Amino acid sequence: MITANRKKTSVKFLQKCPTGITGFDQITLGGLPKSRATLVCGGAGSGKSMFGLEFLIRGAVHYNEPGLFIAFEETDLELTQNIASLGFDVDDLIARNKLVLDHVQIDRTEFKEIGVYNLDGLFIRLATTIEKYKIKRVVLDTLEVLFGCLNNETILRGELQRLFRWFKSKDITVLVTAEQGANTFTRYGLEEYVADCVIFLDNRVENQISTRRLRIAKYRGSSHGCNEYPFIITAHGIEITAITSILLDYKISNKHITTGIDQLDTMLGGSGFYAGSSILISGPAGVGKSSIAAAFANGTCKRGEKCLYFAFEESVDQILRNTGSIGLKLEQWVNKNLLKFHAIIPNSTGLAALFAEVKQLTEDFKPNIVIIDPITCLKAAEHLDEIQNIIAFFKNRNITMMFTSSISGEGTTEFANNDEGVSSLIDTYILLQYLYGEGERNRGINILKSRGMAHSNQLREVIITNKGINFQDVYIGTDKVLAGSARLVQASNLEIDNSNRESDIKHKERELEITRKILEGEITALHAKLEDAKEEEVHLNRQKDHIYNLIKKSRNEISKIRMADITKPSKHTLRGTKNGKSKKHKEKESY
Amino acid sequence: MGNLKNTKKKNHIKKAPHSAYVLRLYVVGKTPNCLSALTNLKKICDAHLPLNYEIEIIDLLQLPELAKDDQILAIPTVIRRFPKPTRKAIGDLSNLEEVLHGLDLPINK
Repeated sequence: MITANRKKTSVKFLQKCPTGITGFDQITLGGLPKSRATLVCGGAGSGKSMFGLEFLIRGAVHYNEPGLFIAFEETDLELTQNIASLGFDVDDLIARNKLVLDHVQIDRTEFKEIGVYNLDGLFIRLATTIEKYKIKRVVLDTLEVLFGCLNNETILRGELQRLFRWFKSKDITVLVTAEQGANTFTRYGLEEYVADCVIFLDNRVENQISTRRLRIAKYRGSSHGCNEYPFIITAHGIEITAITSILLDYKISNKHITTGIDQLDTMLGGSGFYAGSSILISGPAGVGKSSIAAAFANGTCKRGEKCLYFAFEESVDQILRNTGSIGLKLEQWVNKNLLKFHAIIPNSTGLAALFAEVKQLTEDFKPNIVIIDPITCLKAAEHLDEIQNIIAFFKNRNITMMFTSSISGEGTTEFANNDEGVSSLIDTYILLQYLYGEGERNRGINILKSRGMAHSNQLREVIITNKGINFQDVYIGTDKVLAGSARLVQASNLEIDNSNRESDIKHKERELEITRKILEGEITALHAKLEDAKEEEVHLNRQKDHIYNLIKKSRNEISKIRMADITKPSKHTLRGTKNGKSKKHKEKESY
Repeated sequence: MGNLKNTKKKNHIKKAPHSAYVLRLYVVGKTPNCLSALTNLKKICDAHLPLNYEIEIIDLLQLPELAKDDQILAIPTVIRRFPKPTRKAIGDLSNLEEVLHGLDLPINK
C-alpha cells in the first residue's frame, strides 16, 4: 500500500482510536477517528452491531477504554447472549464496568407527541452513564429507530446535531450504526451528522457462498484502504483479511528441512526445502502427490516437528490406510500429537471462513509445516487473493507449506495451466507426470523451480512400493524417456554390454602381459650380446697395442743395427692409438 | 444539559387525598417548554379531573437515574401512572385536545 508511508504524518493531524479488530486498524492506518463519530452502515445482517460490539469489547480489553453500548432494538439480555455466542467473556467486562450495555426501549404506540420537545431524557441518560463509568467509546445501535418513533423530524435532526456536538466536546469516540438507504448512505440521511468516517458493510451471496465485505466509503482527514475487504465473523470476532495491506516483509530462513525422501533432498541440492518456503506439488490424478506430501509429513514428524495436514479430499482414516500401504506409518505421529489431520470438504463453508479456520487451527496447533491437499479444490485461480493471503500468513510465521494441485492432462508440456496463478506465489514447484511407453504408464518427477537453491534438472522416475517412495534414473533413448519395464530392459542390456566389455578388456590385458614378457626376454638377450661385443672390443684393442709395441720395438732395434735415427711416432700414429681402424691404416702406410 | 437549575427534587401537586389519576411530569430545569407543559397539564386536569388528580414533577437533572428506569426519551414527558395502563405523551402539551386523547383522560363536559 502506497499510503503506508504516510501513516506517521497523518497521525499528527488526526488522532486514531484503535479498534483492535483484526485487519481493520491496518486498513484505516490506526483505527477510527478519535473523538469523532463514525457511521457504520449496511443491510440487515451485515454485521453492524457485531462491529460496534467488538469495537467496545476490544477497546475495554486492549486499550482500557470503557465502552457504552446503547441498544435501541435489542434488550441487554439479548445482547449478552449474542456476544456470548462469539466467545467473549462479557460478563467479566460488565462486572468490572468496562462495558455498559443499555437498552433504550422505545415503543411507538406508547406515547403521543403533543407540541415541542427535545431529547434531553435520552441525553441525560447518556451523560449520566458516561460520567459514571468514565466511558470513552460509545456505540449507538441503531439511532434510526428514533426516526421511526418520532414524527417531528425537524426536532429530531436538530437534536441529533446537538448530540454529536456534545460527544465531540466530551472527547468520546462514537460509532453509529444505520441501515443502508436506497440512494444514500443511510435510509434517514444520518451521514449529515456523522460525516467524519463512513464504513460500509455488505453481505453478498455468490455461487451459494456468502462473503461479508467491508469498505471505507469516507474518512475525513486520513488516508485509508479503498478496496472492498472480505471479512468473516468467527468465534474470535470480526476478522478482516486485508489482502492488499499484507507486506512482504517476513523474515526468511536459511534452514533446510528434509522432504522425507532422500533422493528428493538430493535433487534439491542435498538438504531439502527451505524452512518457511511454499511448495507446490502438481500433477494429474493418481500420480502420487499425496504420497509425496505424506512422506514430507513423515519426515517432519520423525524429526520431532509438528505437521498440520488439511485433507480436502480424503478422510483421515483413508489417508492413514493409504499411506500405510506405502510404508509410511503416520498413525504413530498422530498418537504423539506431532501430526494433526483436519479433513473437511471445503465448499461446505465459504472460502474466507475456511481460511479463518485454517489460521485458527494453525495458531492453536503451532505446526512447523502445513500441508493443504489439494489446493485445487479451492478454485485457486479464482481466489488468488485469498491464497496469497494465506501464504503470507504462513510465511510470517515461518511455517513451511506444501500444497498439492491436481492438473488435467498427463502433466507434460502444457502443464500447470491450472496452476498458472498460484505458481508465482510458490518457492519450490515440483511437477509429477506420467511417462508412457511400452504399454505402461509410469510416474516421473521433475523440479520446475526452486527459488534460491541449486536443484536438479533431471527427470526421475518415481517408484512407489510398499516399502516407500524411491526415485530411479530414467534412460533417455533416441527420442523418448524410458521408464518402468522399458527402463529395466534397458538396464539389463546395459549390464550385458558392460560385462562383455569387461571380459574383452581382461583378454586384451592378458595378451599384452605375454607380449611384454617376450619383449623383456629379448631385451635381456640383446643386453648380454652387447656386453659380449664390448668385451671383445677391449680385448682387440689390447692385442692391437701389443702388436704395435712389438713393431716399434723391432723397428728401433733395426735402426740401431743400421745406425739410423730412432723414428718418433707421427701425429697420425698417435691418433691411431685411439682409433683402431685409422691406426691400422697408418701402420700399413708406415710399413 | 438543561440550562435552568431546580433545587427541588420532587414537586407534588395534590388536589385530593386519594386521587384517581396520578400523573408524572418529567422536566429538565425550568425551560420554557417544561414550564408551558406544566401549565398546560394543570389547565387540563383542573378542567377535566377537578380534585381527582395528582401531578408529580421530576427534574431529571436531580434524578438522572430515573431516565433509565422510566425509559424517558424526550423532555417534557408526561406519564399517566394511574390508572393503569400507563400512558405517555411528550412535548409542551400545547394541543389540549390531543393531551386528553393521548393520556386517555375522561372529558368533563
